[in-house]
Amino acid sequence: MSSQTMPTEYLRVNGLHAFYGESHILHGVDFTVRRGELVTLLGRNGSGRTTTLKSILGLVGKRTGSIQLNGQEVIGMSTHRIARLGVGYCPEERGIFSSLSCEENLMLPPIVKSGGMSIEEIYDMFPNLKERRNSQGTRLSGGEQQMLAMGRILRTGAQLLLLDEITEGLAPVIVQAMGRAVRKLAERGFTIVLVEQNFRFAAPLADRHFVMEHGRIAEVIAKSELAANMNKLHDYLGV
Amino acid sequence: MTEIFGIPIQAFAGQLLIGLQNGCFYAILSLGLAIIFGMLNIINFAHGALFMTGAFAAWYCTTSLGLSYWAALAVVPVVVGLFGILIERLLLQWLYKLDHLYGLLLTFGLALVIEGLFQHKFGSSGQSMSSPEALQGAVNLGFMFLPIYRGWVVGASIVLCIITWFMIERTRLGSYLRAGTENPRLVQSFGINVPLMITLTYGYGIALAAFAGVLAAPIIQVSPHMGANIIIVVFAVVVIGGMGSIMGSILTGLGLGLVEGLTKVFYPEASSTIVFVVMAIVLLIRPAGLFGKEK
Repeated sequence: MSSQTMPTEYLRVNGLHAFYGESHILHGVDFTVRRGELVTLLGRNGSGRTTTLKSILGLVGKRTGSIQLNGQEVIGMSTHRIARLGVGYCPEERGIFSSLSCEENLMLPPIVKSGGMSIEEIYDMFPNLKERRNSQGTRLSGGEQQMLAMGRILRTGAQLLLLDEITEGLAPVIVQAMGRAVRKLAERGFTIVLVEQNFRFAAPLADRHFVMEHGRIAEVIAKSELAANMNKLHDYLGV
Repeated sequence: MTEIFGIPIQAFAGQLLIGLQNGCFYAILSLGLAIIFGMLNIINFAHGALFMTGAFAAWYCTTSLGLSYWAALAVVPVVVGLFGILIERLLLQWLYKLDHLYGLLLTFGLALVIEGLFQHKFGSSGQSMSSPEALQGAVNLGFMFLPIYRGWVVGASIVLCIITWFMIERTRLGSYLRAGTENPRLVQSFGINVPLMITLTYGYGIALAAFAGVLAAPIIQVSPHMGANIIIVVFAVVVIGGMGSIMGSILTGLGLGLVEGLTKVFYPEASSTIVFVVMAIVLLIRPAGLFGKEK
């Protein structure tokens, strides 16, 4: 494939079904994300947003359909091989390791590609982490743990960031800091899929919004169409 | 100063040394059990049988293959470790999502099979193996005679325990292992090949057991039951120390060896039960073990 015909789409999800044991969670999810784009997955609890993120990395029980990363099919790959293609995942529960210090947590994910952020750049973005670098990971405050969960996937050279509920339960001032960080990451050219409950946080950041309902993408709303679609969105989200 | 609490100091120090040496075996074996349990979620009942396999392999290498003790010390842990990897790939990997009980039953069965095979081949009377010439004899420390081989066992074991502790607590590879113990799926989502890490962890734990087996071969009679005898005490050590702490396993192993040795001096009748008495007391006071974390 020559550089002229390089697809600008970075992630293509087609007819994705996912299961946890007997329960069928995703019923044919279709969407594409362009290189450098920031999209959100919106929807009520249980609509399948988190499962969609986990499915991209193969973290669900069983999945069918197609997931292409930069043109490469990954649906049959094991989790660590998908991650090595350049996917960084920040889970909803943050997943900070209590047996590791803050800095060990930050340094844990191995470099998968060149071009990741340096540790200094990450400390510039989240100065708290530098101050607390020798503390036990789970002794950090909720906001610091969230910064750590995000910071540690920026070093690795991953180009696609899957961020799950990064503002959940945080104080407004921390939410603002996370917003600034996400904006910076988008400017740096990261491709970002953001699962967000807090619509006011997500609205000014994202290029497009995918609204999920019953395990499918029910609506795609571009940033420019947002104002015209507010009523519809309220119905979907029940806010 | 030839007596301490009415016991000749020679006898006292001698029993302490034997206690320390047994404590070293407890430490290496419980260390292996702890890292295996952490990563695989399996209580490896076959650990004693693989310790015994290590001792038999050392005996076989030195008496039938003409290898030196030192060659056996290098080769046996690798070969038995590879055998462990085979066990993990063929059998254990199917059990990770099931309850602990299945792993315990499978490895218990495995231990019986391995011990049965050795008993069938070699009979239940023990084989003896001599220590290498360089480590024979004893040195006079002034207050006691130190048999050189026992001193070597204690020194080598402690060095091995410290190396293992350092690898797990202070290196990058160790941080994968610690993180993998907490949340393997997430570690895998960072691009780390967790299934491979699990296999290698089991192999390493088994290699530790085999190393202890080689060390033990010249001083404990090499018999098919040597593993079953020691593993019960080692499980008590693990319960006392608590799962999940590497340093805890090491210190508890050494400490209980010493306690056993002291009991032999002062009240020999209790020496084979003292570990279990300590276990009962610890369970009453700290149910998660001395170094364990309450869940």
